Amino acid sequence: MADRSGNFDVRHQGGFTLIAAFTFFALYLPIAVLVVFAFNGGDSISDWQGLSLHWFYEAARDDRVIDAAIRSFVLAVSAGGIATLTATLAAIATTRTAPYRGLSAKYAFINLPLMVPEIVTGVALLIFFSRVKMWTGYSGLGYLIAAHAAFCIPFAYLPIRARLESMDDSLERAAADLYATPFRAFRYVTLPLLWPGVLAGFMLAFVISLDDVVITEFVKSGGQDTLPTYMLGQIRRGTTPAMNAISTIFLLFSVLAVTIMFLVDGKRAKAQ
Amino acid sequence: MSAAPDLITLNHRRDIRNRWLLSLPALLIILLAATGPLLIVLIYSFLTPGDYGDVKWLFSTDAWVNVLFQRDIFDDTLSLADAHISIFLRSINLSVMTTIATVVFGFPTAWFIATRPARTRELWLFLITIPFWTNILIRTFAMLEVIRNEGLVNMLLIKAGIINAPIQMLFTDGAVLAGMVYVYLPMMVLPVYASLEKLDFRLVEAAYDLYATPFRVLTKVILPIVKPGVVAGSILVFIPSLGAYVSPSILGGGKNLMIGNLIGLQFGQGRNWPLGSALSISLMIVVMIALLAYVRYAGKGANAHG
Amino acid sequence: MKMKLALAVTGLILATTGMAHAAGELNIYNWGNYTSPEMIKKFEEKYSVKVTITDYDSNDTALAKVRQGGTGFDIAMPSQSHLPIWIAEGLIQEVDVGKMENAKNLKKEWANPDFDPGRKYSAPWLLGTVGVVVNTDTYKGPSDSWGILFDPPAELKGKINVVPEMSDVLYAAIKYNGGKLCETDKAILKKARDTLVNAKPNWVAMEYNTIEKMTAGDFSATSDWNGSALRQRLQKPSINYFYPKEGFTYWSDNVVVLKEAKNLENAKLFINFIMEPENAAMMSAFARYANGVEGSDKFMPDDMKNAPELVVPEDKKGIAEFMKLCDPATQDLYTKIWTELQK
Repeated sequence: MADRSGNFDVRHQGGFTLIAAFTFFALYLPIAVLVVFAFNGGDSISDWQGLSLHWFYEAARDDRVIDAAIRSFVLAVSAGGIATLTATLAAIATTRTAPYRGLSAKYAFINLPLMVPEIVTGVALLIFFSRVKMWTGYSGLGYLIAAHAAFCIPFAYLPIRARLESMDDSLERAAADLYATPFRAFRYVTLPLLWPGVLAGFMLAFVISLDDVVITEFVKSGGQDTLPTYMLGQIRRGTTPAMNAISTIFLLFSVLAVTIMFLVDGKRAKAQ
Repeated sequence: MSAAPDLITLNHRRDIRNRWLLSLPALLIILLAATGPLLIVLIYSFLTPGDYGDVKWLFSTDAWVNVLFQRDIFDDTLSLADAHISIFLRSINLSVMTTIATVVFGFPTAWFIATRPARTRELWLFLITIPFWTNILIRTFAMLEVIRNEGLVNMLLIKAGIINAPIQMLFTDGAVLAGMVYVYLPMMVLPVYASLEKLDFRLVEAAYDLYATPFRVLTKVILPIVKPGVVAGSILVFIPSLGAYVSPSILGGGKNLMIGNLIGLQFGQGRNWPLGSALSISLMIVVMIALLAYVRYAGKGANAHG
Repeated sequence: MKMKLALAVTGLILATTGMAHAAGELNIYNWGNYTSPEMIKKFEEKYSVKVTITDYDSNDTALAKVRQGGTGFDIAMPSQSHLPIWIAEGLIQEVDVGKMENAKNLKKEWANPDFDPGRKYSAPWLLGTVGVVVNTDTYKGPSDSWGILFDPPAELKGKINVVPEMSDVLYAAIKYNGGKLCETDKAILKKARDTLVNAKPNWVAMEYNTIEKMTAGDFSATSDWNGSALRQRLQKPSINYFYPKEGFTYWSDNVVVLKEAKNLENAKLFINFIMEPENAAMMSAFARYANGVEGSDKFMPDDMKNAPELVVPEDKKGIAEFMKLCDPATQDLYTKIWTELQK
C-alpha cells in the first residue's frame, strides 16, 4: 500500500492495521453475543429461544438492578474523577525532575495498590472501615468512593506519567520565560499537551472501578450492591439474560456518550 | 557571585516542596484507603489463626514458615511447600504470557489509533473501552459463549465445513490466556497510545529518508518515545493479572489454583488469616522488587536517549 | 466540567445515603438471587416497612463482615454449619423464634435442630441436600455412589464437574473411603486424598455454574445442590439427581437477627412472616429449594410439589446427616488436602 504511489507514509503499517482490525473484531465479538442474548425469549444466556424484550422489561422492573447500575456508574465516575485529578498532580510531581530524596519511594508507594491482592485490601479495609463506621456512625457511599479512588490511582497515574515522560518541557519553559504564572502555564500549555494521557488515565480508572468485585464486596454497607457484586451473588444460582439486558443498556449509554462528544467536538472544530 | 548558587538551592528546595504538595492528595488517599490498613495485615501475619477465621492475639511465626515450608500431614516431615511454589509459578507464567500477548495485539492497535486523523483518535480510543462498560463477569460469560463447544466459533466452523466435530477450546490454557488478554488489553493500549500519540511521524519519515533501516528506525526513533508507554502498560497488565481469578475459573474450569485463589482460600474456607496475610506480603515483596528493578532498567534505557 | 459534575454527584450521594435508619425499615443481608421479590413486596405492604436487600456470596464473607460490625444489617442467613460460630461469638441475638406465633408451622425435623436447640436464635429459610446429578443420555449405567465422580465410568470421563465447596468435596471423598463426617483418622484421610488426586484428571472443571453447563452438555455429571438439580431436570428431563449410598448431607440457611440490629421489631415480624406456609412457598418457588414450613406444599408450583430432588425418600433418610464445621485442627488438615488437590 505504501509503495503504490511512491508516496511513502510510515503511518501505514499494513501488518499493524491488520492486527488492529483483528483486535477490534475480537473485542466486539463477545459483546455482540452478549447483546444478542439480551433479546433472548428463554431464561438462559446460551440457549436461544426466540426474540423478546422480556429481559429488558424484567430489568426495568427490578429496582435492585437499576439501583445497582446507577450506583456502579456514580461510583466509577466519582472515583475515576478523583483518581485522575490526584494522579495528574502526582505525575507532574514525579516526572521531568532530577532525582530527589523520596522520589523512588513515592513512585513505589503510588503503585502499591496494584500489588496487593484484592482480597487482602478487601479484608484490611473491612477491618479499618468498620471501626470508622461505628465510630462516626456514617455508613454512606464515601467508603466505597475512597477505596475505589485509591486502587484506581495507579491506573490513572501510569498513562499520564508515560505521556509526561515523552513530552519535553521547552514549551512550558518558554511560557515561564514570557512571565506566565505557573497556573496559566499549566492550564494553557501543559494540560493541552497532557490531555491524551489524562483522558487515557480517566478511562482506565473508570472501567477498573466499574469492574471491581472483591474490594466492593468487603467494603459495602447495607443496600450498597454494585452491578458486579449483585452478579457475583447470582452465579451460584445461575444468571439470567436480565444481566445482559442491563449491560446492553450500559453499552448504549457509552455509545451515546461517545456520539455526543464526537458531534460536539466536530461542531467546535468547524466553528473554529 | 555567591548569591547565585544560593538562589538555585532555594529554587530547588521550593521546587521539591511543591512537588511534595502536588503529590500529597494521591499519597493521602492511597495511605488511607489502600496501604495504611495493610499494616493490619502485616500484624496479622505474626498472629495465630482464630478457630473460625480472623486471628487470636498470640504471637507466632508459623504463618511465615508455612509460606515456604510445609509439615507433611501424614508423615510429619518438613519439606518445601511445593504446592505454594507451583501455584506461584503458574500465576507468574500466566502473567508473563498475558503481558506478551497484550503487547503483540495492543501495540499495533495503539499505533493504528495514534495514526488516525486527530479528530477521530479519541473516538477510536473510546471504541477500545466501550466493551469494558459491561462488567468483567458478564464479559467473560460472553466470551464463554463464543468458544464453547456449541458456541459461535465452533458453529461457524462446522457450518463452513472446515471441521466436523467441535474443537474443545473451553477449559483449556488457551482459553484462559484469551480471556486474560481480553480483560487486560486496554491496560496496554491506553498507555502506549498516550505516549505514541506524541510521536512526530515526520521524524520517522526523516529517518527513512536518510536511509535508516526499518530496524534502526524502530530502535533509535520509535522505541525511545513509546518505551514509557510500554513500561507503564506492562506494569498495569503484569501485576494485576497475577491476582486474576475470573478467567481461570470461568474459562479454565477452576481446577488449578492461582495465587489470588490461594490467598482467598486462606481468608475464606481455609480460615487461616495469618497464612493468607503472610502469602500476600510475600507476593507484594516479590512484585515490588521486580517492579523497582524493571523501572530502573527501563529508566536507564530512556535516559540514555535523553 | 466533568470534575465538577463528579463532585456534585458525589456530594449528593454522600448526603442521601448517610441518613440514619428511619422508622419502618428492615435491612436484610442474604445470599444473592435468593430472596423472592414478591414475598418482600407482600411483607412491605402488610407492615409498611421498607426492605433493603444486600447480597453476599459465601458464608465466610458474611461472617467476616458481620464480625467486624458497622454494616447496618438487621438480618442475615448463615448456613447451619456456620450458625454455631455466630452464636458462640455473640453476633446474633436470642429472639426466641420457637415461641413465635408461626413457629407451630415448622416441620418436625426442622423445629428443634442440633445447631439451634429450641430454635432460640433462628428460623429455617431454605434447605436441601448435596448429591450428584448425572445426564442419563451420556451414561445409562447404575448410579448410586460418589464413585460416579471419583471412579467414573468411561462415558463420563472428562465430562465431570465438582462444585468447589471444600467441606462438601472432602466429606464425599471421606465417606467414599468409609470415614465419617469430620473424620480425623489419618489413614482414611490419606485414602481420601489419593481418591481426589487420582480422580481429578477425569474432571473437566471445578465450578459453580452447573445449571447452564449441565443443560448445554458441557458437563455430564456433577456434584450439586438439589434445587439446582431440579432446575436442570425441568430444562432437560434426562438429568437425574441421586443420593449417594455412602451418605450425603442436609444443608439449610437460617434467618437470624444481628446483635447490632437497629430494627429489632421489624426483624421479628419478618421471621414470623416467613414461617407462614403461603409466604414460605413464595420463597421456595423463587429459589427452587424446599423450606421447613409444614403445609407450604399446597401453595407451591406444581413442578415442585413432589419433585424427587426436594423430597428425600424415607429409606434414604437414615444415611443423611446435617453438615457441620469441623474443629479448627481438622479443618486445617482439610485445607492442606484441598490445596494439594489444586496445586
